[in-house]
Amino acid sequence: MIEWINSIVQGVLTGGLYALFAAGLAIIFGVMRLVNIAHGDLIVLAAFVAMVVIETAGVDPFVSMIAVLPFMFFFGYVLQRGVLNYTLGDDLLPPLLVTFGISIVIQNLLLEIFSADSQRLNAGAIETASIKLAEGIEIGTLPLIVFVVAVALIAALQIGFSRTRLGRAFRATSDDPSTARLMGIRQRHVFGLAMGVSMVLVAIAGIFIGIRTNFDPALGPSRLLFAFEAVIIGGLGSMWGTLAGGVILGVAQNIGAKIDPGWQILAGHIAFLVILVLRPNGLFPRTRDE
Amino acid sequence: MSLLEIRNLDAFYGDFQALFGLDFDLDEHETVAAIGANGAGKTTLLRAITGMVEATSDALDYRGDSIQSREAADIVALGIAMVPEGRRLFPSLSVEENLVIGGYSGRPGGWSLDRVYELFPALRNRRSVPGTALSGGEQQMTAIGRALMSNPELILFDELSLGLAPVVVGEIYEVLPAIKAEGTAMVVVEQDINRALEVADRVYCLQEGRLALTGAPASLTRDRIAAAYFGT
Repeated sequence: MIEWINSIVQGVLTGGLYALFAAGLAIIFGVMRLVNIAHGDLIVLAAFVAMVVIETAGVDPFVSMIAVLPFMFFFGYVLQRGVLNYTLGDDLLPPLLVTFGISIVIQNLLLEIFSADSQRLNAGAIETASIKLAEGIEIGTLPLIVFVVAVALIAALQIGFSRTRLGRAFRATSDDPSTARLMGIRQRHVFGLAMGVSMVLVAIAGIFIGIRTNFDPALGPSRLLFAFEAVIIGGLGSMWGTLAGGVILGVAQNIGAKIDPGWQILAGHIAFLVILVLRPNGLFPRTRDE
Repeated sequence: MSLLEIRNLDAFYGDFQALFGLDFDLDEHETVAAIGANGAGKTTLLRAITGMVEATSDALDYRGDSIQSREAADIVALGIAMVPEGRRLFPSLSVEENLVIGGYSGRPGGWSLDRVYELFPALRNRRSVPGTALSGGEQQMTAIGRALMSNPELILFDELSLGLAPVVVGEIYEVLPAIKAEGTAMVVVEQDINRALEVADRVYCLQEGRLALTGAPASLTRDRIAAAYFGT
């Protein structure tokens, strides 16, 4: 019994990382209806950027965030203003195709520059440190930090969306882009900022994934899949839904792995499909979409 | 002094031309009504002024400066606000947030949340509910308040009375003099001709994208207006 509880606890913690993957995706889909196929590759790109910063400056992965987060924000803003804004319109296909192309470009550039070798960001003793909760249940310090950071970021985003000027502009633009322009909201700039915020989350997720596991240029698509599943399970009603989606996915994967190690990924997909059948709009859908 | 001067305005939705060589003038503090049947081009005129539709002209000047091809956000910052047809409140924003976002451009002026609530007391108790949970009349009040929050010099009202009960329309029209008293110029697009003539200093009647008639309400007979409106 204790082993099952342990699997669920570990799954919840893994869900924090998935929620980080998903939050950035949810923001840009929510604000500008852009489905970013390159999202997973951007997470991997951020991990490689962090690797370069760490090697160049000789700093800890956590300290590298001081440089990586602003860089990725700026990168996201420029990507949106310079490329993606031109793909947005009534047709969903152009942004899908363009981000698919960006995904391929990122993968191949990373492959060209860094080779296909697996990489890892070395965070020292914290990687293996753990806290004993009970007999048979130990949680890793790093997964706990990732989960706490994910919860804190999602809380900050939720507050930011509901109480700040920019948050109101995001929501108004998401509701009705045309009328939002009549309020004086500069849509292209707001979209750029939304992508910038998304890339900050991507950068944090990329650094955490680099510390927790090996990464290589081909890792992006599978991270994208987890992000999509967490977003769809959550239902886009709130950022907390995204956290719930990530946690459900993480728990399902860990329970699957407990039954049979080969079932880990499959169990996550099955949980996703079951929720899609039972609640097609996800667990926390937007009220007006119901 | 002329606040808005438009000469030979053509406006398009893709290949479809909605306005043909329209001339339009508005003086400071003036209220002008734009009337006409469905498809006459009234809404397109407002959308051309606010930079929301593709338009060409010899002149589309606000305070003597061209606003043609300017971004909608720039035009709001200059002091032109719009109350769109159907209110178009933001569903995920509360009533108060809808009002607050009206001031997004940060244009200075005398309007504030408190003053909007003084103008529309019914909104004060409904400030926390989603804008779309309001009655049609309250939604229109919110849409007007939202436009006022940008501290405009000119407000464009699109189909002010559409879909509202007559008693509610009366309440809405009662606040227009208070807005005008602030020195705000107004363009009122309206299908209710009587209402439009009551508030307007001048009337423009459009027909199939062209100007059919213009003048002060007192100088226009019912027959002339009907002929221009219906094209008879």
